[in-house]
Amino acid sequence: MAKDPVCGMEVESPSEYSVKTKGAKYDFCSEKCKNDFLSNPDKYIKPINSSEATYNISSKGIEKLDIPIIGIHCSSCIPTIESEIKKLPGIIFAKVNITTEKARIEFNRKKVTAESIIGAIKKAGYKTGQSDLSLGIVDMYCASCVTKIENELKSLPGILSASVDLATEKAFIKYLPNLVNIKEIKNTIEKLGYKTIEPAGAEKLSSKKTLSEKEKTEKEPVDENKLAREKEYKTLIRKFIFAAVLSVPFLIISYPDFLGLPEAFRQGAPTLRYLWIAMSILSLPIMFWSGSQFYTGAWAAFKNRSANMHTLISTGISAAWIYSATATFFPEIFPKAELANQFFDAIAIIVALVVLGMALEIRAKGKSSEAMKKLMGLQAKTARVIRNGQESDIPIEEVVLDDIILVRPGEKIPVDGVIVEGSSLIDEAMITGEAIPVEKLKNDEVIGATINKTGSFKFKATKVGKDTALSQIIGMVEQAQSSKAPIQKIVDRVAGYFVPAVIIIAILSFVGWYDFGPQPNLIYALIVFVTVLIIACPCALGIATPVSLMVGVGKGAENGILIRNGNAMETAQKLNTVVLDKTGTITEGKPLLTDVITTEDFSENEVLSLSAGVEKASEHPLGEAIIKGAADKSLTLHEPKEFNAIPGQGVEAVVGEKKILLGNIKLMKNRSVETGDLEEKSKKLADDGKTPMFIAIDGKAAGIVAVADVVKPDSKAAIAKLKKMGLEVVMITGDNKRTAKAIARQVNIDRVFAEVLPPEKAFNVQKMQNEGKIVAMVGDGLNDAPALAQADIGFAIGAGTDVAIEASDITLIKGNLKSVPLAIELSRATMKNIRQNLFGAFFYNGLGIPVAAGLLYPFFGILLSPIIAGAAMAFSSVTVVSNSNRLRRFKPKSD
Amino acid sequence: MSADQIIVTLLGIALSFLVGWYFWFSEKKAVKIKAADSGVQEAFIKVKGGYSPNLLVFEAGKPIKLTFYREETAACSEEVIFSDFNKKATLTPFKNVTVELNIDKPGEYNFQCEMGMLRGKLIVE
Repeated sequence: MAKDPVCGMEVESPSEYSVKTKGAKYDFCSEKCKNDFLSNPDKYIKPINSSEATYNISSKGIEKLDIPIIGIHCSSCIPTIESEIKKLPGIIFAKVNITTEKARIEFNRKKVTAESIIGAIKKAGYKTGQSDLSLGIVDMYCASCVTKIENELKSLPGILSASVDLATEKAFIKYLPNLVNIKEIKNTIEKLGYKTIEPAGAEKLSSKKTLSEKEKTEKEPVDENKLAREKEYKTLIRKFIFAAVLSVPFLIISYPDFLGLPEAFRQGAPTLRYLWIAMSILSLPIMFWSGSQFYTGAWAAFKNRSANMHTLISTGISAAWIYSATATFFPEIFPKAELANQFFDAIAIIVALVVLGMALEIRAKGKSSEAMKKLMGLQAKTARVIRNGQESDIPIEEVVLDDIILVRPGEKIPVDGVIVEGSSLIDEAMITGEAIPVEKLKNDEVIGATINKTGSFKFKATKVGKDTALSQIIGMVEQAQSSKAPIQKIVDRVAGYFVPAVIIIAILSFVGWYDFGPQPNLIYALIVFVTVLIIACPCALGIATPVSLMVGVGKGAENGILIRNGNAMETAQKLNTVVLDKTGTITEGKPLLTDVITTEDFSENEVLSLSAGVEKASEHPLGEAIIKGAADKSLTLHEPKEFNAIPGQGVEAVVGEKKILLGNIKLMKNRSVETGDLEEKSKKLADDGKTPMFIAIDGKAAGIVAVADVVKPDSKAAIAKLKKMGLEVVMITGDNKRTAKAIARQVNIDRVFAEVLPPEKAFNVQKMQNEGKIVAMVGDGLNDAPALAQADIGFAIGAGTDVAIEASDITLIKGNLKSVPLAIELSRATMKNIRQNLFGAFFYNGLGIPVAAGLLYPFFGILLSPIIAGAAMAFSSVTVVSNSNRLRRFKPKSD
Repeated sequence: MSADQIIVTLLGIALSFLVGWYFWFSEKKAVKIKAADSGVQEAFIKVKGGYSPNLLVFEAGKPIKLTFYREETAACSEEVIFSDFNKKATLTPFKNVTVELNIDKPGEYNFQCEMGMLRGKLIVE
C-alpha cells in the first residue's frame, strides 16, 4: 500500500495512476490527484535524498535526450531550468535552446531516468510534451520477449519509459510525441516479430479497464457476443421446430377416443402400441437435444443447491418419460390397464413451448449497449496542429497540452482548450445541452467534440486525452451502466420454492400410498410419485413472461415507445420520480421567434421584415429563427447589402435603402442609438428566458425582436399527468437559473436544478436514488447520457443524439413528453399481466397435484390420467396466451 | 403397520427433510482460494448453466483475479455482474475473461448473471 501524496488516501501500489519522478514513485487514487501533483509536485513531496533512488534500467551508457519545453518566453528562464536539471545525479550536460524550445540533456542512464529529468523541468515551472500510449501486443510467449521489447523501445529517441506486461499482453509507453510517433513505436515492436493491436480510442481513454479486460484489445468482442447470441437464437428455434412438429402427431395419437380416430388407433390395439414405441424413441431427441439446456441447467443449479425453472422441467419430463416408457414396454406391471398411460405429448409440448419462450427472451433482450462506440465516434479523429510554425494533421492521441490547434468552419474541435486567435460561433449542444450556439472570442474556452459553425480560430489545448469533457462523460456512462443491479426473473424466484416443495409432496405421497394404498402398494406408490412430478411442470411456464413482454414491447412500439429490454419493462412500473432535462425535452430545443416589440414610428411587420432581411446574410442560428418567423407571416424580404458582422455585438447591413443595426444593447450604445424604454422591456423578456435583440433603423431605435427556446405543446399536460400518477417531477438543466425558472413556471414544475454541469446531472440522479427513490431520467443530449445511464430508467427523446438513445433504456420516438406517462402505464399493465400469467400457469397444474397425489382416489377412484394432465397443460397455456392477448387492448388512460 | 412400512415412512420423512434442507437451508460448499507467490489470489470459474465453483473464499486485502470461461452460448450467462463493485464483464463464449477485484473489507459479495438466474458469492475473510 502507498499513500496518495495529494489527498492522503491509502492506495494500492502500483496504482493505475502512478508517477515516477525525482527519484521516487508516487501512487494516486485518481487522475485528478495525479494531475494536481504533476502541476506542482513540490507542494506534495516531502524532501527525500534523491541519491537513494535506484533503478533497474539496463545500461546503455550515456544517453542523449532532446525534450521539447513548452512556454519558454525569455532567456532569463533558461538558467532556472538548466540548474534544476543539473541538480539531478548523473547529468553530464544540460542546455536549453530558446529558439528550438528544446532542452538537450546528456545523462547517465544508471543514475537518472528521463522521467526524473522531466520532473525537474516541471519543478522549474515548465511543461514538457509527453503522451501515454497503451498498445496490445500479440504472440508474446516468454518473459524474455518482455525485456527484448522494452529494451528495443527504450532505445528509440523520445521514449521516456516502456513497460510490457506479459499477462495482459500490453505495452505501456510514455513518449514525447514531437520526437516519435505511434507508427514508429509500432514498427519497432513489429520488427521484433510481434504483432501490435491498434489502440482503440476507447481503450486509451478508459484506462481503468485496460488492465483488467484483455478482451477489449481483441478485435470486436461485442460482435462476437452478438454472433453467439444469434447462433443461440437460431439453435433454439431449430430445437423448437423439432419438438413442435413432433408434438402434433403425439397429441393426436394420445387422445384416440376424444378425436374419434379409427379402431386401429384405439386403446389396446396393436397399431397403437407400435406407435407408442415409436413415440417413446422419438421423445428421446426431444428431451436430450431440444431440451438439453434443461438438464445442464438443472444439474448446475443442483450443484449450487438451488432449483430453478430448468429443474422443474427436467424432472417433470424425465418422470413423464420413465412412466410412459414403462407403460409402453411393460404394461403388465400396472395393476389396472387404464393406469398404463402415456405422457409423450406432454413432453413434446412442454419442451417446445419452453424452448420457444427462451428464444423469445433472447429476442426481447435486445442489443447490448453501443453507447461507448457512439461516444467515441463523436470525437474528432485528427487535429490540425501548428508546431514550429508548420501546420500538420496528427491523430488526436498525439495532441499534447499547449499545442496550438487550428479549427476551420464546420469542423469538430478536437480537444478542450482556450481560443488564442480568432472567433466563431460554436454549437455546444452535445456537451452543454444549450440549444443556441455560443459566440466565442479570444480567451474563451472551447470544448472538444463541439462543432465550429462559422469562423476559423486557433486555440491552445488545455485538456487532452482522458481529461477532456467528452472523455469524462464517456467514463461516467461506462461507470453508471455497469452499476445497474439486475433483477432476478420471477419464474426462477417462484421455481426456487415450488420445485423442492413438489419433490417433498411427491415423497410424502409415495409414503402415503405405500402405507395406506391398495395392493400392489409399491407400484401404486411409484405411480403416484412420478405423476406428481409430471403434473407439477406447467407447459406455459416458459412462455408466461416472454409472451407478455413481447406484446407489451409491441404495444409500446405502436405508441412510439421503444423498450430496450425486459428489465426496463419491469423497472418502469416502480418509478416514483421523473427527472426531466429542459432543452430539447420540455422545450423544442431550437430557438423560435416569440416577440416583436416596436416603437411608435414603426410597424411590427416592418421591424420583422427588416430584421429578417439583415439576417439573410448572417449565419447566426438566432437569425434563422427570425427569418422563419418572417416567413410564417409571409413577409417579403429584401436582400441585404454591405453586410458586416460585429463580433460580440451583432450585425449591420443596408436593407431596402435603410441602414439597419441588429444586436445587443452594447451595439446600440456604441452607435449612440437612444433606446428609451426598450431597455426596460428587453430586461423583462430576458427574465422570461428569451433572447432579445434590438433593431435600429437609420440610427433610430425601432424595436426588439426576441427569440427563445419555447416549451413543446404537450409538455405541460404530460407533466400534469405524471404528477397525477403520483410521480415527483424534477427539472434539471445546464442553462442559467433565470431561463430555467421561467420554463419551470410555464409547465408547473416546483423542483428545479439549474446550471448543472453534465457530470453533476448524473450525480443529482444518484443523490435522489440514495434517498431511496426510483428515478427516471428523460433527456436527449450527449450531456444527458451519464444521467440516462445512471437513472433506474433512462428515457431518450427520439430526436436526440444517438448517444443518448444508446445510454437509455427506453426511446421515445414521438419526441414529446406524453410518451413518458404512457410508457409507465404500459409497464404497469405488462407486469400485472405477467404476474397473472404465472398465476395461471401454476394454478391449473397446482390443482392437478392433489389429483396426482391420489386425494380423489378413495372417493372416485381417479388417479392422474393423460386427460387431466393434458387438460391442465391446455388450460394453463390458453390462460397465458389469451391473458397476454388482453394486453393488446391496452389503452392509455385518458387525462 | 408392518416393518417395511415403518422403514419407508421414516425414510420418506427423512428424505423430505433432506430435500428441504438441501435446497433451502444448507450451507453451500465453498472453495478456498490461496494466494500465489505474487500475492494475487487467482481463481478459475467455469460458466455452464451456473458458476462452478460458485462460492469462493478469499483473503481480504490481496488482489483477486477471477478468470471466467463460458462453456455455452446460452444467452443467460452472457454477462457477469458484481454489483457491489460496479463491475460488469461480458463473457465471450469459449474465451477466458478476467475480472480483477480488490476487496479490503471482509464480507460476502454476490455476483450473478444479468437475469439473476445464475448466482455466485465471494466470501472475503
